[in-house]
Amino acid sequence: MQNFVELWVYLSATPLFGLTATLVTYVLARAVYQRAGHAPWANPVLWTVLLLALLLTLSGTPYPTYFSGAQFIHFLLGPAVVALAWPLWQRRTELRQRAAAVSVAALAGGAAAAGSAVGIGWALGLPAELLRSLAPKSVTAPVAMGIAEQIGGIPALAAVFAVLTGLVGAVSAKYLFDALRADAPEVRGFAIGSIAHGIGAARAMQVHPDAGAYAGLALSLQVVLASLLMPLVFKLF
Amino acid sequence: MDALTGLAWLLLFQSLGEVIARGTHTGLPGPVVGMLLLLVALRWERVRTPVAAAAQILLDHLSLLFVPVGVGVMTHLGLVSQYGVRLLLAVVVSTWIGLAVTALVLRAMLPRRAN
Repeated sequence: MQNFVELWVYLSATPLFGLTATLVTYVLARAVYQRAGHAPWANPVLWTVLLLALLLTLSGTPYPTYFSGAQFIHFLLGPAVVALAWPLWQRRTELRQRAAAVSVAALAGGAAAAGSAVGIGWALGLPAELLRSLAPKSVTAPVAMGIAEQIGGIPALAAVFAVLTGLVGAVSAKYLFDALRADAPEVRGFAIGSIAHGIGAARAMQVHPDAGAYAGLALSLQVVLASLLMPLVFKLF
Repeated sequence: MDALTGLAWLLLFQSLGEVIARGTHTGLPGPVVGMLLLLVALRWERVRTPVAAAAQILLDHLSLLFVPVGVGVMTHLGLVSQYGVRLLLAVVVSTWIGLAVTALVLRAMLPRRAN
């Protein structure tokens, strides 16, 4: 028993633990997701995150220890954003024709999400700092943190809201789109990428190639629009 | 081998993007600038073929890449517990409003399909 504890203490303090735990849990969660026919409730990010959080809590492993291994996966987010150029390039002619529609929808949707989050929060009496951290919640987490810092919010909270928004969107969007009779994969993909950023886009890419490409486009448009416009809008207040 | 060359291209464009983003103070994140540059460079076959292979792998597993941030969020939920229900309400309802507005605006602006 003593040996086992020593071994555990050793392993959990090396990067190997965080990396292995993340990959193994994700591979299992993805197998369940595929078994469940890509049902939204079986979302692999949601379950991997919940299981790993539980594992860290039960084993008393601090987050920085876990992250020393998980950072190798986290690092790939940057190249993945650069890689979004590929699906855009593949559909460049079609997108050029639809540039106006896509830009208006991105602006309207992004403004509606940020505006309603701040509006609801304000109506419920949340403090200004929290409202400013809520505003960039539809932008992918690393960018949301940067925007929150610029507009006087709290970066760590902005990341929390962005990830929660992504999960809520990825799990519930299908039912909302079905109810609205928004059936075209382009429309569904674009909306989920605009609002639920990378976590939503990842789901769209698994469901339909057109939805995935439009989700990638929406995700990048939202990053550009929010980084440029949100600091300007908040300067007015 | 293609995918590895592609990853090298992606990292190169990300680095270029970081340099330009830091030099110009546009507020745009480096990877986004890198993506815009790559979009131009994809017209060259030498870049396109390897990048396609690497992009395929990365984007197929995009959801995995959010796990480390997600776990951090779950372990920091205590930060928001004071305003728990109100915050949750603001996050969930605004997500639905955003999804509905984006979908309805885009649907109205795209030409109807023939079928």
